[in-house]
Amino acid sequence: MHAPPTEPRAVDTRDVDPRSTDPRVEDLRQMLRIRRFEERCVELYSSSKIRGFMHLCIGEEAVSVGVLGQLGPADAVVSTYREHGHALARGLSMTAILAEMFGRQTGVSRGRGGSMHLFDAARRFYGGNAIVGGGLPLAVGLALAEKMRCTGRIVACLFGDGAMAEGEFHESANLAALWRLPVVFFCENNGYAMGTALAGEHAQTDLALRAASYGMVSWSADGMDVLAVSDAARRAVEFVRDSGEPCFVELHTYRFRAHSMYDPDRYRDKAEIASWRERDPITALSAALQGDETLSQHDLDRIEAGIIAEIDQAVAEADAAPEESVDDLTLFVHSEAHRDHH
Amino acid sequence: MPEFRMPSLGADMESGRLLEWLVSPGDAVHRGDVVAVVDTDKAAIEVECFDDGVVSALLVQPGEKVPVGTALAAIGAPAPPAITEPGTITEPGASPGPAAAPLPSVDAVPGQRLATLPVPAVMPAPPAVTPLAPQGVSPLVRRLARQRGVDLTAVAAAVPGQVVHRADVERFCAAGPPARTSRVRASPLARRLAAASGVDLAGVPGTAEAGAVRAEDVYRALAGARPGPDASATGPALPAKRPSVPTAEPSTVPTAEPPTVPTAAAHAPSAAAQSHASGMRRAIAELVSRANREIPHYYVSTSIDMTAATQWLRARNRELDVSERIVPAALLLLCAARAAVAVPELNGHWVDGAFRPAATVDLGTVISLRGGGIMVPVIPDAANLTIDHVMAAVRDLVERARSGRLRASALTGASITVSNLGDQGVDAVFGVVYPPQVALVGFGAVRDRPWTVDGLLGVRPAVVASLAADHRASDGAVGARFLRHIDRLLQKPEEL
Amino acid sequence: MTTIEGVVGKTGDATQMTYREAIREAIREAMRRDDRVFLMGEDVGRYGGCYAVSMGLLEEFGPDRIRDTPLSESGFVGAGIGAALGGMRPIVEIMTVNFSLLALDQIMNNAATLLHMSGGQLAVPIVIRMTTGAGRQLAAQHSHSLEGWYAHIPGLKILAPATIDDARGMLWPALADPDPVLIFENGSLYTVEGPAPDPTATGDISHAAIRRPGRDLTIVTYGGTLSKALAAAEDLATHGVDAEVIDLRVLRPLDDATMVASVARTHRAVIVDEGWRSGSLAAEISARLVEQAFYDLDAPIERVCSAEVPIPYARHMEEAALPQVAGIVAASLRTVGTHA
Repeated sequence: MHAPPTEPRAVDTRDVDPRSTDPRVEDLRQMLRIRRFEERCVELYSSSKIRGFMHLCIGEEAVSVGVLGQLGPADAVVSTYREHGHALARGLSMTAILAEMFGRQTGVSRGRGGSMHLFDAARRFYGGNAIVGGGLPLAVGLALAEKMRCTGRIVACLFGDGAMAEGEFHESANLAALWRLPVVFFCENNGYAMGTALAGEHAQTDLALRAASYGMVSWSADGMDVLAVSDAARRAVEFVRDSGEPCFVELHTYRFRAHSMYDPDRYRDKAEIASWRERDPITALSAALQGDETLSQHDLDRIEAGIIAEIDQAVAEADAAPEESVDDLTLFVHSEAHRDHH
Repeated sequence: MPEFRMPSLGADMESGRLLEWLVSPGDAVHRGDVVAVVDTDKAAIEVECFDDGVVSALLVQPGEKVPVGTALAAIGAPAPPAITEPGTITEPGASPGPAAAPLPSVDAVPGQRLATLPVPAVMPAPPAVTPLAPQGVSPLVRRLARQRGVDLTAVAAAVPGQVVHRADVERFCAAGPPARTSRVRASPLARRLAAASGVDLAGVPGTAEAGAVRAEDVYRALAGARPGPDASATGPALPAKRPSVPTAEPSTVPTAEPPTVPTAAAHAPSAAAQSHASGMRRAIAELVSRANREIPHYYVSTSIDMTAATQWLRARNRELDVSERIVPAALLLLCAARAAVAVPELNGHWVDGAFRPAATVDLGTVISLRGGGIMVPVIPDAANLTIDHVMAAVRDLVERARSGRLRASALTGASITVSNLGDQGVDAVFGVVYPPQVALVGFGAVRDRPWTVDGLLGVRPAVVASLAADHRASDGAVGARFLRHIDRLLQKPEEL
Repeated sequence: MTTIEGVVGKTGDATQMTYREAIREAIREAMRRDDRVFLMGEDVGRYGGCYAVSMGLLEEFGPDRIRDTPLSESGFVGAGIGAALGGMRPIVEIMTVNFSLLALDQIMNNAATLLHMSGGQLAVPIVIRMTTGAGRQLAAQHSHSLEGWYAHIPGLKILAPATIDDARGMLWPALADPDPVLIFENGSLYTVEGPAPDPTATGDISHAAIRRPGRDLTIVTYGGTLSKALAAAEDLATHGVDAEVIDLRVLRPLDDATMVASVARTHRAVIVDEGWRSGSLAAEISARLVEQAFYDLDAPIERVCSAEVPIPYARHMEEAALPQVAGIVAASLRTVGTHA
């Protein structure tokens, strides 16, 4: 299978000192953008603007930025219910994501999905799946279609450590390896399946080892270091593109906040959270960039201010967006508009 | 000054109990700092503030339960803006374990006992003021009520506002059951057919399971035939030429579905529609033939000056919303009903060779269906209604009759019937009495006519009221008295 | 998991065709017409399909398009959904409806919901075929009729071809539908033989069909019990009762108009459903008739369903558990007020 060259990444240099062309600066900006966005989401949730279940990836931003950054625009992405970071890194509009969480017509899913179901067909972002493990067979099928149609495109499938206990992971890994399908399984291992620690749910906690048993190339990387994630993801994507075969990458990471907004977080030791916070991917990269004088405090302030301005504008636009008419309640149950199903 | 408010931590969270403050007045706080612990019914959750500043006042004390959005603390004098990562987490100390939801006190409502088990501790506590009154009836009383067929909502407690006890139910039963005969078992189709043809189902022998009346039994009754002794025996139950069924024209419009579903009527070929229409025609034919055969009719009529009535209606309607305006027909119906109270010889039934007066005036009202044919729904106890109630009843019956949604109970048991063909433009109606009733009142159109008052000719609105009555039950003088009474009522409509 | 050796029906008479052959011809034709169409499922390739439906197709289309899967119902049904999202037109075969429960997450949470949940962005043009029904002594894990469960789900279209013509004609319009379509093939029908359908006929996947007109009562049924209902109607004719028989064909969305119009003529309804009575498709049909044809009913609606037991193995017990002609006749006579 011939793979097209990877699309060069578009580096957004807004608000960044033109002196800096170091791609790490954009990594930092993307991570900070996700972090600040989700912090605002907490505030909006607390004031009842956002409802339903909302799962935050604060602490896991390096995975979103490092993985999504290695994909071409024609590749497909399958994600989970903790997908704000994936969606933003994939290029979904922040305003449309917020409008979705506000339940508005201009939301990415026209108010029918909410936080857990962000979709964007144009960007081949296939959600937003809130059944743990439920997205994996979809990723296999998307990869099967790419292979049968000889497109050279690949599929990135993101899921958590909890999904690896589901039968759907094992069925999907087996199918992908058996049929040699172009899919990368990115396991975002944050150590907890909701409130159950890894050792409490898996007899074999070396997840890459388990994936390897399906005959897939598998390896682990530090999910708190965006450069390590980018490197691992780049190698994985190149491998799949070149070989047409699947591979598996485990990214060790940690969520700093609770599983969802309604979670008292009683199952984690405060000291454990604190120790992971010391490895905050944003703080680490920011310190490194300032340490080698790639970035000044002034640059950082400008990046921060640009992000806050973007979020402020997105919140205002989303808040001004109209609600979907309830007359259209049954729209999209079937493809033909308003086909009446009694 | 920014305020720190009770956050919403889930769509089902309406309030929260402040368990603990993690900051004190004077403490500097930063956006993202955990500042308090809140109990949400589900768990104790650490909550954060979204502003930088100094806590100037704690507005809610630990233990208090407040609605979402309530200000918990005031935050003043913002510190210089920080661009670095959110500040260090305030170590909250040991957060309390899951707080047991408070149980509602069983004794909280005097005089009432909870019939259910105590709410388990893990359930969210119901609001303290949960009303228990309608549920307070004991299972014993419920069983008693069920056995006696008593509707508990109709039973008054000995002490107003208190729970209904066994003695209340027994007293209710002793007072006598509401006058209601046992319900006739009949199929929906049979009921519809009987109503359309004026057949009293109570007198129709049923041949379906457990004596239920079905369409065929109604046809048989209409034909005056009695079912043979072998009606339920082996063999085809259906006569080869089963009459087709009269259909209240729009009755097959689905009531619970949007109109995108084509109605059966709309689908039916025109031949079938004709056959339905002819079925109703036949049913009407059977009924009026029987009336003409059995009832020796007499007829009387009179012209009534409607000046007072129309003026009164006009004045009254000016005060009413368009949707509540009263049409002259409603007034005529009410006057007929009141007149039937005054002349009880016309209000009742001819049964087994004798007139049996009815206790109330249950007024049959002839309604023409758009597709042809008639229905005669009943306004029960019409004489005791106000004009507004009669109007509402008329509006409701017409709508229901024309959409085929009349309740069976609305179609049976008229004691006297009114046929108003005023909207058809006729001057007068001389109808046929529906057996076993003994009178049919007719009204023509209210229109301006020459009228003499005190020897002078003028123009007045007038209506011709007529009566067709069963001579076996009454004589012409009775009929005349009845019409005079209607006339009198119409001259003083304000007294109705 | 057990596989069932089917009889490869080849009649040798070009004017005759079995239900099995009709489905095979429909698949063959669809795959020739559209190279996005492919078939996958357990043993559809070298084995030829556990009911021999796909016998010979591997040789014509090759292993990419006649794709054997591992025993991973959730995996390969989900993969079918993903392939549909990726531009293909998969036909996924599940051996029996009982096994489909292993893929229920994918059918319910993905196929049926993705279009709506994505605000209209992601249509799922998949066709999932499976065998349903009893009658072959396969006992309680291969014999149930669970199509009524699927008919509960908004976003799905549910078909139940009961005739050779429908077996031949419904697949192509199902594939042309932009949304997920489930086709339930009653296992008792595969060997039924009849005149070969017109290959150019356009299949109808929207309406019920009146298979026998009648005046005195309406028998509503579908799939495997259609032949029993028709046999019962013939028996009823000897009692002087003229029964109309409606084959639903489409279990979701139900064709209310055809049912209601029929009952408005006959005033009596008997529903025959191989599923269990409680919470069933028969219950839904009964409710709709009461809602929409109440004033036309002259007798209580009767339902003839499977006994509320897991379908047993022994032949006499299995027969006793299923709707049979005698039961349909008896129920019909009750509605017209005659006792046989």
